[in-house]
Amino acid sequence: MLAACDGPPDRTPTLNDADIARGRQLVADKGCAACHAFPDVKWPRGGLGPSLENFGKQGLIAGRLPNQPGVLMQFVRNAPSQIPGTAMPAIPMTDKDTRDVAAYLLQLKPR
Amino acid sequence: MSPPTSSSSSLAEALSGWPPPVLDPHGPFSNSVTTLAWVLIGGATLIFIGVCVAMWVALYGSDELRARLGGERVVKWFGLILPAAVLLLLLAWGLTMMRGLTTIQGDELRMRVSGNIYWWRVSYLDAAGRELHADANELHIPVGRPVVVDMVSEDVIHSFWVPKLGGKMDMIPGRTNRLKLQADKAGSYGGQCAEFCGGAHSLMGFVVVAHEAADWQRWLAARLKPLPVNLSVDALRGKQLFNEVGCAACHRVAGTDAQGISGPDLTHVGSRQSLGAGILSNTRATLIGWIGDSQSIKPNNRMPAYRSLKGDELNALASYMESLK
Repeated sequence: MLAACDGPPDRTPTLNDADIARGRQLVADKGCAACHAFPDVKWPRGGLGPSLENFGKQGLIAGRLPNQPGVLMQFVRNAPSQIPGTAMPAIPMTDKDTRDVAAYLLQLKPR
Repeated sequence: MSPPTSSSSSLAEALSGWPPPVLDPHGPFSNSVTTLAWVLIGGATLIFIGVCVAMWVALYGSDELRARLGGERVVKWFGLILPAAVLLLLLAWGLTMMRGLTTIQGDELRMRVSGNIYWWRVSYLDAAGRELHADANELHIPVGRPVVVDMVSEDVIHSFWVPKLGGKMDMIPGRTNRLKLQADKAGSYGGQCAEFCGGAHSLMGFVVVAHEAADWQRWLAARLKPLPVNLSVDALRGKQLFNEVGCAACHRVAGTDAQGISGPDLTHVGSRQSLGAGILSNTRATLIGWIGDSQSIKPNNRMPAYRSLKGDELNALASYMESLK
């Protein structure tokens, strides 16, 4: 019964083969830290967007979407399609890039 | 994990990597500085070994050697004559080298960089010293040709330093210093303010882009032509916001009503490699982060955070910035 509260089942491929280190480098390259604070990035720690410290344990993405790998992958590369009007721009990425970034985000712990 | 570097490319490139940029010259002027640095390192190593040997003799040497070491002659030669000679030679070398770095032959290109809290105003000058083109935070030079850069400051003392291309030169209010730069290879070179100038001093970076000579001529010709005016709907909205929100009070976009000069010129911001004075890569995401809350990225810079702007407004402004090539 409780499992049903977690939202719709996630049918995307697993993140098992994703490369967390590569995801982290992508996050740096795309400039995500200009808006978000990451527990393992000293600078920049942008304040416009929400902090992503402990994001791995967070229930919702942007306070609205269930924090599941498939949803997160959609969100990181095209946030406006998921949440119209968001300041977060679409960030074009390949499927592999998106998977690596999601895997990196989902293991973020507190600082 | 090692720290990711690309979001702060030019800054990281200016200050880290192997070999260290100060020992990795890419032009004749930085080359002479690096040679002197190696001689200093080599000389210091020799002296260090010499002192160690003397200490060993003082502790464990035969009585005869110890007597000689303690004699007046050693003090005279190694305590006075040799140090004085070495320092004099180094002074002569350093002064001659500085002449080479700053003497103007007359056929160099002329540019001017003005230090500001915490960014750099850039001007391309004609032979008479009149401004041909204004820009900020990025200097474009041709490969293989010396460029004389006038160094001035509009507030406090800054210091201009692009370690791979030249020496370090202070920017002092009320004074014009000159420094020559030259790159032997096309590419981007990171720079950094090297004189503490305030809270965000460490985030006052700079980029020098060296082009092949013909490419540089083409680049300059394109810069001297007026901007094309077909903007997307989003960019047009951004342009309108740029004036409404107040950006135009500090920033200039040539050919528009925006003529503020207390902040960096944004006429070509879309073509820049970096944002925030050499500290962030230039992408849609970093543009939005910078416009919306630059204070969280570079505390105490003079641009306020615009957290009241909505998501679509930030995107429109960023879209306008991207269109300013």
